[in-house]
Amino acid sequence: MKLAKYLLLGVFFGIILAKAEIISWYRIYEMFRFESFHMYGVIGSAVVLGAIGIQLIKRNKLKDFHGQLIQIADKNSGITRYLIGGTLFGLGWALAGACPGPMFILLGYGYLSIIVVILGAILGTFVYGVVRNKLPH
Amino acid sequence: MKDLLFGPWPWYVAGPLIALTMFFLIFFGKEFGVSGNLRTICSMSGAGKAADFFKINWKDQTWNLVFLLGTVIGGFIAARFLTASEEIALNPETVSHLQSMGFAEAGKQFLPYQIFGLERLCSLRGFLILVIGGFMVGFGARYAGGCTSGHAISGLSNLQLPSLISVVGFFIGGLLTVHLILPFLF
Repeated sequence: MKLAKYLLLGVFFGIILAKAEIISWYRIYEMFRFESFHMYGVIGSAVVLGAIGIQLIKRNKLKDFHGQLIQIADKNSGITRYLIGGTLFGLGWALAGACPGPMFILLGYGYLSIIVVILGAILGTFVYGVVRNKLPH
Repeated sequence: MKDLLFGPWPWYVAGPLIALTMFFLIFFGKEFGVSGNLRTICSMSGAGKAADFFKINWKDQTWNLVFLLGTVIGGFIAARFLTASEEIALNPETVSHLQSMGFAEAGKQFLPYQIFGLERLCSLRGFLILVIGGFMVGFGARYAGGCTSGHAISGLSNLQLPSLISVVGFFIGGLLTVHLILPFLF
């Protein structure tokens, strides 16, 4: 039963991204042509509210549901891995029209060809793991 | 009221609810990041034999796999019970531009059949577009250490410079695909 809350939260998240059309290839295409505010509004409002909430959590030293002090780890500093990795991610995101969350939501939505994209993403993750020691980070 | 549920949800509903999803995970003692599941899937499939990167105790990530399973169910519920029409109110300029590229049905469904139609998978070209698209998402997300949820939402919310650099990268890549690669392909 401990896991049920994550299942419900996943269902909630899946419905939001489907209902707000974030899982649509066309919305991603439109975003990268700067022809709609929709995706910017989604990400922007999530980030503004997220930043306010995280500041409140940190300043008030809030605890999680288990009673543990909430600590959100900083990302490792660096430039190369974020810029190159991010650019590769963006190339694929606009081509397949889906980032990792939407891929799985689209599967549930009934778009079966997305399985090929998911397998490609798993393969890409695997290849990264194999070659990562040879890459600049 | 019915339109509110069955019609498309505006950004000012979706954005705050995405933030709420992140806060639930934070208060559960976890962090919001979907692409980590791809690494977990590799680990549980035995990829640890090929690379140390996958030698993790993947059972610690079960909660995230369950979350991922939930998103699949959420997509199913949205499609079956909560959607009156899949048609998207795209910018007319986007639609006419897509039509000039051969995407005649732009915005009628969530995905263009020119890329995602099952018959496209039977051609090497169509298959490679989807595999390579997915490959770059998976490779890039792990290289950058996160995807849209981990960097653009969680990372930016936590005012992380690495996440801002990653998001700049997402845009460099996305702009290259939309303005150079797609016009070349279609």
